[in-house]
Amino acid sequence: MSAKAKRRLGLAGSYAILVVLSVVWLFPVLWVVLTSLREEKGSFVPNFFPEGYTFDNYIELFSDTSVFSFGQWFANTLIVSIASCALTTFIIISTAYVMSRMRFSMRKSMMKLALILGLFPGFMSMIAVYFVLKSVGLTQSLLALVLVYSAGGGLQFYISKGFFDTIPYAMDEAAMIDGATKAQIFTKITLPLSKPIIVYTILTTFMAPWMDFIFARVIMGDNYSKYTVAVGLYTMLSREFIDIYFTRFAAGAVCIAIPITLLFISLQKYYVEGITGGSVKG
Amino acid sequence: MDTQKIKSDLPTRISYVILGYSNFARGQRMKGILWFLGELLYILFMIFLGIPALGGLITLGENEQGWVYDEALGINVRTEGDNSMLLLLYGVAVIMITAAFVFYYLAAQKSAREAQAEEERGRRLPGFREDMHSLLDKKFYITLLAIPVIGVVLFTILPLVYMVLISFTNYDSDHQPPGKLFDWVGFDNFSSMLFEGGTLSRSFFPILAWTLVWAVLATATSYIFGVLTAILINKKGIKFKPLWRTILITTIAIPQFVSLLIMRNMLNDYGAINELLLKFGIISERIGFLSDSTLAKITVLVVNLWVGIPYTMLITTGILLNIPQEQYEAATVDGASKFTMFRKITLPQILFVTTPYLITQFIGNINNFNIIYLLTDGGPLNSSYYYAGSTDLLVTWLYKLTANQRDYNIASTIGILVFIISAVISLLTYTRSKSYKEEGGYQ
Repeated sequence: MSAKAKRRLGLAGSYAILVVLSVVWLFPVLWVVLTSLREEKGSFVPNFFPEGYTFDNYIELFSDTSVFSFGQWFANTLIVSIASCALTTFIIISTAYVMSRMRFSMRKSMMKLALILGLFPGFMSMIAVYFVLKSVGLTQSLLALVLVYSAGGGLQFYISKGFFDTIPYAMDEAAMIDGATKAQIFTKITLPLSKPIIVYTILTTFMAPWMDFIFARVIMGDNYSKYTVAVGLYTMLSREFIDIYFTRFAAGAVCIAIPITLLFISLQKYYVEGITGGSVKG
Repeated sequence: MDTQKIKSDLPTRISYVILGYSNFARGQRMKGILWFLGELLYILFMIFLGIPALGGLITLGENEQGWVYDEALGINVRTEGDNSMLLLLYGVAVIMITAAFVFYYLAAQKSAREAQAEEERGRRLPGFREDMHSLLDKKFYITLLAIPVIGVVLFTILPLVYMVLISFTNYDSDHQPPGKLFDWVGFDNFSSMLFEGGTLSRSFFPILAWTLVWAVLATATSYIFGVLTAILINKKGIKFKPLWRTILITTIAIPQFVSLLIMRNMLNDYGAINELLLKFGIISERIGFLSDSTLAKITVLVVNLWVGIPYTMLITTGILLNIPQEQYEAATVDGASKFTMFRKITLPQILFVTTPYLITQFIGNINNFNIIYLLTDGGPLNSSYYYAGSTDLLVTWLYKLTANQRDYNIASTIGILVFIISAVISLLTYTRSKSYKEEGGYQ
């Protein structure tokens, strides 16, 4: 066999593996789309392809508000995610900037403390967070969710700090000689240079409320009207609802997965720069 | 300027008791008044709320809720008892406020000494407006950190301290406030978890073992296969590279509770995969992907690949693109084989950059809640465990004990043990890793 033929065979093999991987990766996606269009209800059906196709699941998802109100959940989640995205991004970026650019006596110990706190399992303090919110009468409100999602931001600065570390300090010094204050350096020099990491932070913090189904459930209890989509969809799969709601769950899943996936793919570049930039340069 | 060495004069000494006096006496009126106001607030708070709350922290309540005979009415009336949960919470809050005040006090002393030092040097002291301005300049960090610190203290540190204290109480399903009181029990929870050999330790050690096995295998497999996938996609001659990557990273974009619940449904005994396999005659009996305890462990590891490969693939791709091509060209000139180049150039670079990532992944997998909870919910249930199943990790066990059993004391004990394990592992690995040592010079 010639070298060329050998290379061709190797490439063919690689393509074969990639195709198999793609099928495996997209299989659940295809299946949930098919389920969302399925005419017959119920969670387990003996066929992979539905016997009849319909858009009713989507229509009922939004129009039938007798038990659950998906439209309301969607609005709730949008409000919470926009608010917490703004607040969390501000918190993460400012903490990261401070840890990267400013020197003060508590800096090292604060950074170590952030690492240590991160080693505790998050669910350990779940119930205590609930007690804290309850003692100030904030449970079952969207504000509580925004606070809970944003408050942890002060511990998630490491990736952004890694990015800021790569911006030459000489630029700060030059600005200082020109009489700029630290606040001016932050807003006029560092921030405009940090678009990738800011987009990355906005992206991840915006997505978080769409994915969390634990804290939101603990805080909202059985108040269905205050649910976010994640908790709501999760509730649709509990034992008493699953038979009627499974196909609607699939429709709802498609409804939130499509915008998030599109958003994610369009901003993919920043995401990759974010995680690799943060880890490559330490 | 070393303010420590200056001998304190009278105003500075008065500042030990009356905060801000040194600033006030030297003309920084506003600053001095503010320091003092803070002190006054703290003292008033302690007298009216703080000290009683500390008493409650010690007793955790003495009067249980119950029925007491009321002579005037001639019937039993319900009396509100103490609420141990709230007493503990307030107690912790007071401790944290006191800790904050200690920092406040130290900062006030520093400010007092600085004012004295400036005066002795004959310099004019900065006025209030200049102090405010420095919050945007030299002390800009205080402005930026104020909100993050408050958030972390209220929603991370306070709850964490609270839960750590809970692990030294008997706050379990039998002692739920406000109906019942709970009390301090010392190290009882830890000893019954670790040493006494009851149901708790007979659950803890097997679950711990599975957690560690899971973390090692899950990290290793998704790392190795992720690196291989990245190399495969980046291979010369492969077309549509962005397309393949995009297909894989849809898993990151789709919420896990959607994709994993779908998987759970598909892998069920009566789910789509069993039906398909039966239909094509590949199997004659349904496979218990999630209902057989050994098979369920394999299933979660395999499904974890579906979630884990894309992340590693993304990071590795970034690294591969950053390796200078000249290195490979030089190696080719020297007659190195492809495998040698991989071993000597590609692999060391990947390993160097991804070591911290590997460690975070490992810790992340010890606490990997979503996969287990959504896919198997810890099941199949293991009757010899204390409310846990065969695939339960420590963290899902902790969650179940909190959410379903309300055995908060045991859940907290598990949380602390998980923390100790994670801390030891990260200390051992992280400080020894090459990238940490070389980063030392960077900071």
